Amino acid sequence: MDDLFLNQFLLLGAMLFCIGVYGVLARRNAVLVLMSIELILNAVNINLIAFGAFWGSIAGSVFALFVIAIAAAEVGVGLAIVLLIYRNRRSVALDDVAEMKG
Amino acid sequence: MVAQSVFFYLFAAIILFSAVRVVTSNNVVHAALYLVAVLAAVAAEYVLLAAEFVAATQILVYIGAIIVLFLFGIMLTRAKLGSDQDLTHSHWALSAATALLMFGVMGYALVDQFHWTATPMPADTRLVSVAGSNSATVSDSVFTAYLVPFEVVSVLLLAAVVGAIVLARKD
Repeated sequence: MDDLFLNQFLLLGAMLFCIGVYGVLARRNAVLVLMSIELILNAVNINLIAFGAFWGSIAGSVFALFVIAIAAAEVGVGLAIVLLIYRNRRSVALDDVAEMKG
Repeated sequence: MVAQSVFFYLFAAIILFSAVRVVTSNNVVHAALYLVAVLAAVAAEYVLLAAEFVAATQILVYIGAIIVLFLFGIMLTRAKLGSDQDLTHSHWALSAATALLMFGVMGYALVDQFHWTATPMPADTRLVSVAGSNSATVSDSVFTAYLVPFEVVSVLLLAAVVGAIVLARKD
């Protein structure tokens, strides 16, 4: 790994994170927003694994596993909520869900 | 350039191109399939960092399970199959500016802080010196140092499963 730099992975993670942020902000479909959140979580995982390799510690890998488990739980509950929204309003456009807007 | 660098940039290009397509595609199913490409290329980057257990988990859990959940979500919400111009806000340019600004700040901070320090652990020597694979080390530490968080995650997953069933059930 003499040839790989920590910053390569950190910058890749930062780019992926920002693409995910753009998706969360710009998408109207709730399922696509959940997909963008997956991009953000993957960016975090790249950072965790890169720092784990950098310090020679296994903690990075273990935390990445926890993040993957939490992501699975989040997608399950998130898609159930999206399904409920669809069942009630026949649409998953996020602009239409504005009852709690002040 | 050594093979590791070549493959790093190859997979990084796949990740970035597919991620941009995930957030810009006009077709929901295409977005899900581009997400598969992102997840697989991220798994390849994990292998480059000698974290092969996480890479295998990524493929099993993300590509095997989460993508299937997404496809179910797309079909159950009867998303328009085919091109749909209504998936992106009209104020997407503002979102893009926000994301670019964030990347500018983060990129500056990272380059300023970490410069170009090589990752000090050579992958091949590490795999030999730890006397076992990354998988063995991960399992050892999950069932010793991280046992309590591991059990908490199990309970959290159970709670999420029950919660998802309660939410999505027709009553």
